[in-house]
Amino acid sequence: MAKLSVAPRAKDDGRLAAYLEKYARRVETTPPGACPVVVQLSLLQAGAAQTCGKCVPCRDGLPRLAALLERVAACDADEAVLVEARALAEMVRDTSDCAIGYEAANAVLEGMDAFADEYASHVGRGACQEGVGQTVPCETLCPAHVDVPGYIALVAAGDYAGAVNLVRKDNPFPTACAFVCEHPCEARCRRTLVDAPVNIRGIKRYAVDQASADRVPPPPHSVDTAKNVAVVGGGPSGLTCAYFLALMGHRVTVFEARSQLGGMLRYGIPAYRFPRERLDEDIRGILSAGSITALCDTPVGAREMAEIAENYYAVYVAVGAQAGKTLKMENADAAGVMSAVELLGAVGDGDYPDFTGKKVAVVGGGNVAMDCARTAVRAGAAEVSVVYRRRKCDMTALPAEVESAVAEGVELIALEAPAAIEVDGTGRCAALVTQPQMIGAVRGGRPAPVPADKPPRRIEADVVLVAVGQDIEAEPFEDFGMKTTWGRFDADEHLAAEGFGNVFVGGDCQTGPSTVIRAIGAGKVAARNIDAYLGYSHKLACDVHAPAAAPNDRAPKGRVELAERPARERKRDFLDVEEGMSREEVEQECGRCLRCDVFGCGSTEGGRSQYA
Amino acid sequence: MPSITINGTALVAPEGATVLEAARKAGIRIPTLCYLKDVSAAGACRVCVVDVEGVDHPVPSCSTVVWDGMAVTTDSPRLATYRRIALELLMADHGRGMGAPCLVCDKNGACELASLCREYGVEGPERPEPRPVRPVLDANPFLSFDPNLCIRCQRCVGACNAAARNHTLRTGKRGVRIAIEAPFGEDWRATDCESCGTCAQACPTGALTEKRRGAYRSWETERVRTTCPHCGVGCQLDLVVKDGRIVDAEGASGPSNKGLLCVKGRSSSFDFVDAPDRLRTPLVRNAATGQLEPASWDEALDLVARRFTELRDEHGGESLAAFACSRSTNEDIYLFQKMARIAFQTNNVDCCARV
Repeated sequence: MAKLSVAPRAKDDGRLAAYLEKYARRVETTPPGACPVVVQLSLLQAGAAQTCGKCVPCRDGLPRLAALLERVAACDADEAVLVEARALAEMVRDTSDCAIGYEAANAVLEGMDAFADEYASHVGRGACQEGVGQTVPCETLCPAHVDVPGYIALVAAGDYAGAVNLVRKDNPFPTACAFVCEHPCEARCRRTLVDAPVNIRGIKRYAVDQASADRVPPPPHSVDTAKNVAVVGGGPSGLTCAYFLALMGHRVTVFEARSQLGGMLRYGIPAYRFPRERLDEDIRGILSAGSITALCDTPVGAREMAEIAENYYAVYVAVGAQAGKTLKMENADAAGVMSAVELLGAVGDGDYPDFTGKKVAVVGGGNVAMDCARTAVRAGAAEVSVVYRRRKCDMTALPAEVESAVAEGVELIALEAPAAIEVDGTGRCAALVTQPQMIGAVRGGRPAPVPADKPPRRIEADVVLVAVGQDIEAEPFEDFGMKTTWGRFDADEHLAAEGFGNVFVGGDCQTGPSTVIRAIGAGKVAARNIDAYLGYSHKLACDVHAPAAAPNDRAPKGRVELAERPARERKRDFLDVEEGMSREEVEQECGRCLRCDVFGCGSTEGGRSQYA
Repeated sequence: MPSITINGTALVAPEGATVLEAARKAGIRIPTLCYLKDVSAAGACRVCVVDVEGVDHPVPSCSTVVWDGMAVTTDSPRLATYRRIALELLMADHGRGMGAPCLVCDKNGACELASLCREYGVEGPERPEPRPVRPVLDANPFLSFDPNLCIRCQRCVGACNAAARNHTLRTGKRGVRIAIEAPFGEDWRATDCESCGTCAQACPTGALTEKRRGAYRSWETERVRTTCPHCGVGCQLDLVVKDGRIVDAEGASGPSNKGLLCVKGRSSSFDFVDAPDRLRTPLVRNAATGQLEPASWDEALDLVARRFTELRDEHGGESLAAFACSRSTNEDIYLFQKMARIAFQTNNVDCCARV
């Protein structure tokens, strides 16, 4: 008998696991603008390299398929190569013994369909489609295309006002984005290749903490054009549009239904995540840009909208998604049941609820559900549960938000779908009854829950907060004549509303509920296109320039994360939860930036994703 | 026992049988390449794939166990296409350099890859590419391995390990490529290989061959089933006969050997048949000259019978003994000991068949 050994059979397996982490980071950082055929080829080659060598389809078929794709990628293939590749990929998918083979081929086939236009372009035109080609990752993935490397360099140099104004070149909400941006800019940060993405939001937070937005004057506006433009909705998208239009010299009127400006930044995001006085800094900065008249408490109905479209040269509709979705079940309108929008909206106007001693159940798994739960904790609730029909890892809330909520004492009850609301003798909500779920097959890219064979659960609740998404209150605008699809306003990629010359629409009411930065990006696009519609081509002043780049610091370092006040302390008040970086920390973090605006594709013609 | 249908024909399959076994039992052919009964069912070549109702992809019939109610289809345009592509992929890496390997291959006429390619219309790789030539391992006196002809089907690996249990031939990993590591190189003496040739008999192509194969083409031969004369195990084998002369031996499926042979059975149990120094008539010593002279069988047997009878009558049966050759069959040896006991009147009986 051979002796047994505790050593791994392949002695490098342990080291390999650490090495593979690099591999994963490399994949994660695939540069935006990469050619899909090339990405597919590299995935296929990775698959081919994993073959155990047993079966013909995987062992011999994948390298053959890679050779064919290599020709397609090099624009050196004709239609016959695509036909051969598809036939071979189908054979490999259908006859491979294990997932190493069939998933590799499946990915090729899925990609051939998903990227059919790119394949056709390679074969037909001998080139990639228009727009394929690398650009600076952070700047490209920011929907407002903020010059991230530039302002990081300014923060490093201690020019915080310069940093604020460089952000403002593309985004007039530097403070809002410093606090609550979901930072898509960090998703493919090239620094990840070395260690981890740069904490871009944290750096911006440092800049606005040193030079608040209302103390940094925006650049001078252009000469008055005497053109009036209306903006319907005083949220991030509308105010962004107003800011840029004002800088261009247009006369802007903002119509806001609520009593204060800010939209969901005020009426959706609780103050402990974004203090109101910090929001006001951004708003004061925006209003100082030029001719902006803000009319609060001025809701716009169909008749008013028709008048506005008639009396203004152009109008930008950015009314957001203000209607909370409701639960379709028994007693859904019982006393004690309210939507997230109602709760957070009231809080926005300073009307804080008192949940002292109450049991609160929040239905939903997104960031808004976490906002409701953490607000309920601060409102004195005895018990707060978040009830979600999928698993914890399926929650759409940022993991950091979930973690913070849990730290503050929120209980997550996953895989429970609300089934009914139980009321007491007086008709008040007494409990949320749920049907346990089990996670099932993947549908539409996500594992879908199905009812589990388990008895219903009763969750005692005096208050049920419903955070299952928001709808757009589109009716008045539909009556005016604007078109919608699935309740969202139709617009082309330039945000012009179909059927009108001078009506533009964007933000949550056009995309459905989304992030602040996407709404800001839309506002910027609308302002540019309204300017063009009015016959102008304004170039906005920006006399801030990024300092020269130092050579990359290639030594791996950890990412500085923003600290939070201890949960036991912060959960008793509505004050800011997060703590900014120290100068020492922000210096190290800025030093990790690889200045992709200067190194790599950023220095090439077309390597930046910026507006003029 | 599970009831299944194959191509619409209802049949009952033995419990635990694979689709291929059930089909073969019912006389339905499914093409195979890497499968070899009792030797290897690794499912490497994917030529034996069949469609099963309710399963969205074809499954290998050699390794899929039947279930009750299974409905199998063994042929369809899609299956034919997949089999053809699998064969094309193998052909793309088969042979030395660019040319057709078959003309110089010892297995020409007996190659399973070639017959399947003929069946599915595969003439070679659609776009032949130059291939690196790997050295042939040729030092073993009986066997040789040409990796350029190897399709890595694993049959030889199953033959050496699962069937012969010699554990000397194995698959090695060279980066993404797996390679058969056959012990026939310059250091063949230092290996545990017994040169039994089970691997060569299993090989569907000309990669692993008995060197004897060079002396004949399979279409020039006929096969004669017999029992190995070497020892008492009684292995069944087919003698390969060309122009009346035995040129090779192949293991046949017998109750004691199940297709296997040892090096003696395969390579050293028939060459004496046509050996130039073989005795072809009885020889009787001429008392006058002291020389052995050819005699007829009657003369020789009469002499032997007379002398043994004289010795028995004069000295008693105990003076005689019978010692049989192990190359004799059990039936011959049985008769031999019977003759000793009855005619010689002795129990002094033995045989060298304890090897």
